[in-house]
Amino acid sequence: MLLTISTTMPSARDLGFLLHKHPDRYQRFSLAFGEGHVFYPEASDDRCSAALLVDVDPIRLTRGRRGTVYTQQHYVSDRPYVASSFLSVAIAQIYGTALGGRCDSHPELAAQRLPLEVQLPVVPCGTEDEIIGDLFEPLGYDVELKRLELASAGATPEASRYCSLALTAEVRLADLLTHLYVLLPVLDDDKHYWVGADEVDKLLRRGAGWLETHPARDAITRRYLRRRRPLVLDALAKLAEADESGTTVDEPVERNQDERYRSLHQQRLGAVLAALRGTAARSVLDLGCGEGRLLELLRAEPQFERITGVDASSRVLSRAARRLRLDTATTVERERLQLLHGALTYRDDRLSGHDAAAVVEVVEHLDQERLSAFSEVIFGHTRPTTIVLTTPNREYNALFDEPRELRHRDHRFEWTRTEFRGWVETISARYGYSATVLPVGPEHPEHGPPSQMAVFNLAGKETAA
Amino acid sequence: MKIEIPHGALVVLIGPSGAGKSSFAARHFLPTEIVSSDTCRGLVSDDENNQSVSREAFELARSIAEKRLALHRLTVIDATSVRREDRHPLVQLARDAHVLPVAIVFDIAEKICHERNALRPDRDFGPHVVRRQRREMLRHIRNLRREGFRYVYTFSSPEDVDNAVVERTPLWTDKTELTGPFDIIGDIHGCYDELLELLERLGYEIDTTAESICVTPPEGRTAVFLGDYGDRGPKTPEVYRLVMSMVADGTALALPGNHDVKLGRYLHGRNVRVNHGLAETLEQLERVSDGERETIKDFIDGLVSHYVLDGGRLVVAHAGLPAEYQGRSSRTVRDIALYGVTTGRTDDYGLPERIDWAADYRGDASVVYGHTPVAEPVWRNGTLNVDTGCVFGGSLTAVRYPERSLVSVPAHRTYYDSPRPISPAVAETRDEGVLDISDYLGRKVIQTRLLGNVSVNELNAAAALETMARFAIDPRLLIYLPPTMSPPETSRLDGILEHPAEAFAYYRERGVGQVICQTKHMGSRAIVLLGMDTEAFTNRFQVDVDRPGIVYTRTGRRFFNDDETERAVLEQLAATLTSQEFWSQHETEWVALDCEIMPWSLKAGELIRRQYAAVGTAATSALEASIKAVQAAAERGIDVGELLDRETGRLESTRRYIRAYEHYVWPVDDLSDIRISPFHVLATEGRTYFEKPHSWHMDVLARLCGDGNGLLFPTGYRVVDLLDEQAVDDTITWWSEMCASGGEGMVIKPLAGVARAEGRLVQPAMKVRGSDYLRIIYGPDYDRPENLARLRRRSTGRKRGLAVREFALGVEALERFVRHEPLRRTHECVFGVLALESEPIDPRL
Repeated sequence: MLLTISTTMPSARDLGFLLHKHPDRYQRFSLAFGEGHVFYPEASDDRCSAALLVDVDPIRLTRGRRGTVYTQQHYVSDRPYVASSFLSVAIAQIYGTALGGRCDSHPELAAQRLPLEVQLPVVPCGTEDEIIGDLFEPLGYDVELKRLELASAGATPEASRYCSLALTAEVRLADLLTHLYVLLPVLDDDKHYWVGADEVDKLLRRGAGWLETHPARDAITRRYLRRRRPLVLDALAKLAEADESGTTVDEPVERNQDERYRSLHQQRLGAVLAALRGTAARSVLDLGCGEGRLLELLRAEPQFERITGVDASSRVLSRAARRLRLDTATTVERERLQLLHGALTYRDDRLSGHDAAAVVEVVEHLDQERLSAFSEVIFGHTRPTTIVLTTPNREYNALFDEPRELRHRDHRFEWTRTEFRGWVETISARYGYSATVLPVGPEHPEHGPPSQMAVFNLAGKETAA
Repeated sequence: MKIEIPHGALVVLIGPSGAGKSSFAARHFLPTEIVSSDTCRGLVSDDENNQSVSREAFELARSIAEKRLALHRLTVIDATSVRREDRHPLVQLARDAHVLPVAIVFDIAEKICHERNALRPDRDFGPHVVRRQRREMLRHIRNLRREGFRYVYTFSSPEDVDNAVVERTPLWTDKTELTGPFDIIGDIHGCYDELLELLERLGYEIDTTAESICVTPPEGRTAVFLGDYGDRGPKTPEVYRLVMSMVADGTALALPGNHDVKLGRYLHGRNVRVNHGLAETLEQLERVSDGERETIKDFIDGLVSHYVLDGGRLVVAHAGLPAEYQGRSSRTVRDIALYGVTTGRTDDYGLPERIDWAADYRGDASVVYGHTPVAEPVWRNGTLNVDTGCVFGGSLTAVRYPERSLVSVPAHRTYYDSPRPISPAVAETRDEGVLDISDYLGRKVIQTRLLGNVSVNELNAAAALETMARFAIDPRLLIYLPPTMSPPETSRLDGILEHPAEAFAYYRERGVGQVICQTKHMGSRAIVLLGMDTEAFTNRFQVDVDRPGIVYTRTGRRFFNDDETERAVLEQLAATLTSQEFWSQHETEWVALDCEIMPWSLKAGELIRRQYAAVGTAATSALEASIKAVQAAAERGIDVGELLDRETGRLESTRRYIRAYEHYVWPVDDLSDIRISPFHVLATEGRTYFEKPHSWHMDVLARLCGDGNGLLFPTGYRVVDLLDEQAVDDTITWWSEMCASGGEGMVIKPLAGVARAEGRLVQPAMKVRGSDYLRIIYGPDYDRPENLARLRRRSTGRKRGLAVREFALGVEALERFVRHEPLRRTHECVFGVLALESEPIDPRL
């Protein structure tokens, strides 16, 4: 990856003093992840350009020791070519003095706004161009970007997720380097090293004087800190304190459809909980418990003496265990609430003996051809007295801002109200359950509710509390 | 005296202290076969003579014996066992384990016992002890058989003991040495004409002109009759006559059915109720001589409850037999073999209510049985009921073993009305494809034919469960997963990572003389399961789908996301195989093919765009910019060292990298843009093809592919004699040219298919990829000297270990599937392959 900084100031070659790198020499620097090269493609008194070429060792990325640098699984990677946190680290190590604003031989130049120009041949920037402008323009840069075309992956030309970028401004060199240092990883939306609490300090130090009032402050903070919520909140609070204009801190979440899904999910959990509370169930299964949001609610209900969460993903289960603080739970608590690694298409005797089961937004993650195995396992073999099952109502998708066929990448299907009702009736008849279908969420006159719920009761069993 | 000890028996030594039991035991049995009360006393209290711990010692002895008997291991109880109440729990132990209890009595003079005890310092008890023990022993000694011992031997003197010869005998049910092939025939019930027809259909020659009937089986085959020869039907004596003559000739094995046993009791003059068709038999027996009736009686008396055949892989019993009773002996075993597992209740038709033991059958042996008529025989969990109710107007059916094909002849008429409706066929006894999670979680050891035990650790199994549960196709269809493939050792040639020379050397060093080199198509690996038509497919695989097959990936996912494309592909393939007469030539209605499907972009389009093309884009622009900058500096006279050469070289590598994946990308608008290259016929009904040479596979598949203008595209290959240097050099040239024109490389396999060196499996295949193709794997710049030096340090050992184990598991899965073994047994192997391929995860919370 290459970073070229040019200037047209009078005695342009003085850029060498500012950068502490002689314009007529080629210098090499060793870095933890590769090598840095500095040389000057042009160095006249009218115009002088310093090039910083950073080599990232691709083999070390894959075979490196874990912990120091994020190792990746694949040798084929864009990391050696794009501007990213690797470049930020190189700037700090190779242009460190300039970044700090020091220049002992020409202190006045270091303190002065100079006509500077930056060239970055490959910058990762998603699919939307606006973000670059949003980041740099408020800081006074003229932004020129060109979207790169994807290197033939099909018959029709396609845009890639990279741009080439040129920035020009009258700016202090130290400020320019600081802006790049902070904003390149933000653009890339990634970091090659672990983001811990010290990153907050680094951001506050580097952002002092410009980030507090930057209109994209929240987005920058969020991305710089890799969306680690506690860090982001901490950093934003401190930034707000420093911001004398007095803007308040908003909840740092992207307010979009995710938000709406979340509140829908809360409504859904509420409905499921109400349905379970209305039974005499003392033990309850949460099948496909995910990170344990429903388990948390169930745990607060004294009615339930035994609560078992089941999920096929062990990664998700360990998150649930953290969320529910199972590691520090007492023996009594651990006996009351258990997590199991399991699959709903395999018969599992560990699930037997529960009075009720919740199956919240799970069936749509199964291939339709595997649904019969799921129903055989849950309705045929496990056979709890009550089963509360929810799934999206596909008709409602038409009402979303960006209507989509399915709501989630992993949804294998979504049912209309009629399809759901049909399935519920077939299953009830086959396994001897009676069922009620209920809407979840506000009902639209034409498209119905966003989600739908069926409450199954094993025929002939008394279920009311 | 010769003492016969049946296999797995419980031997109880009976006699007072000093009678010589322990020394006798030590002489004839393994130390581990002997459970001694004294040793147990010692184990629990450090004192072998401590009488105060008798209860604890006995509990321990009992517990050891119980476990040994459950494993069918001969167990000798070395205690005095002189009292009836001491022996009673031992007999019960044998009964519970369904093994024969054997008593060996040491009736040795008191004086001798006492003298021996006196020689041992640790036995300081007085003569009254031995006297009392002998007295107790003699009190009930004549009733040992009534106590339940099946064999009783008595030594009356020390000489008897010394001269005894112990002979271990197999059980009557143990015919494991008979490997068949067998033709197993269901309930006949006097349907003699149908029996003759069936035997003829099976290729038996029947000579009825001779004095007595003479049946000659096809070369090497043996008939197995599952019992119920008479009652209800028209020609009971004729059936007995035929069965008896074949058994006498050694061309058949015969089992007793409940009807035969009842007839036997009648012939013994016992009081039996003449119902369920016995009346017809008795009437027919009026016509035969007394002598022949006597022969039938003796024949029935001599029938053994069930047989364990073919090294324990096949069990035959009239009414079937759950695993825990197989190869065991007890009254219970006999009753279950004759009458089935019953609840003791009667059903609506006044017949005993039966338990559907086959639904939960988990034994390793296949079980073939009859007794309860079914409309159609269906393998369930490795069991098959072949009673198709001939006498009730159904048919008489035989199953060929090991082929597992069914042959049946319809009844000439209904001879008797069935007391209860015949169980309907398939639909209701169909296995739902639901497996039990406990079979797959935790550490598993899987028995394979090729490699013996293959173990799968718990953490890998947990990872596989996740993939199986969330992404894999129906387990009934997932009958095979291909193994991973290792590259050869890294090449010593400059600038090259992989070269055929190392692969050839690998095989040559392991005694593989001939290999096949196949073009490695760069697409996506796929398994195609294809039926002749939808009906044939759904019948064999017992799934409800509306297409004649399925295509799935090497991780068990559906290959095509869209049903329409998949159906069209499968229908076209089925039509091709039909027109090439594949089905009739291979006597099958389905086939499993190992294939590569092109283009790569069909399945990997998103991956190519997101990863490969993205990197190509970024690399090209970044390198072009840096070259320009370095050039400018160089033109100013700055010494930039090797920087310019290096950046120019990297740009060239990047261009080659882009060309490498571009070859495998083309748009797919319809089926004509898809190419399927099959390179291995995995299985058809009743068999797999791993033992066929690869050249055979190539021939069969080339015929299917035709000119390659259809959906099927042939695989280029060469057979190479590794000792022929010219041929080896030519193949290397072939490989180089192929790689230079954008090919991925080649796969080298032992021509014979499965090869071994010093008993160990040789890699079933090895891939040698071209140097430009490897840019897609190791990155555009992988062959720069500083990178290559490090990449060379790769170890192929782990990958090779995996490849062999996964290969053994995959072969095992298919073999189990074609043997109609229960789904869980096939799934176990496929699950194992996926587990070995998964990164371990820790499911413990």
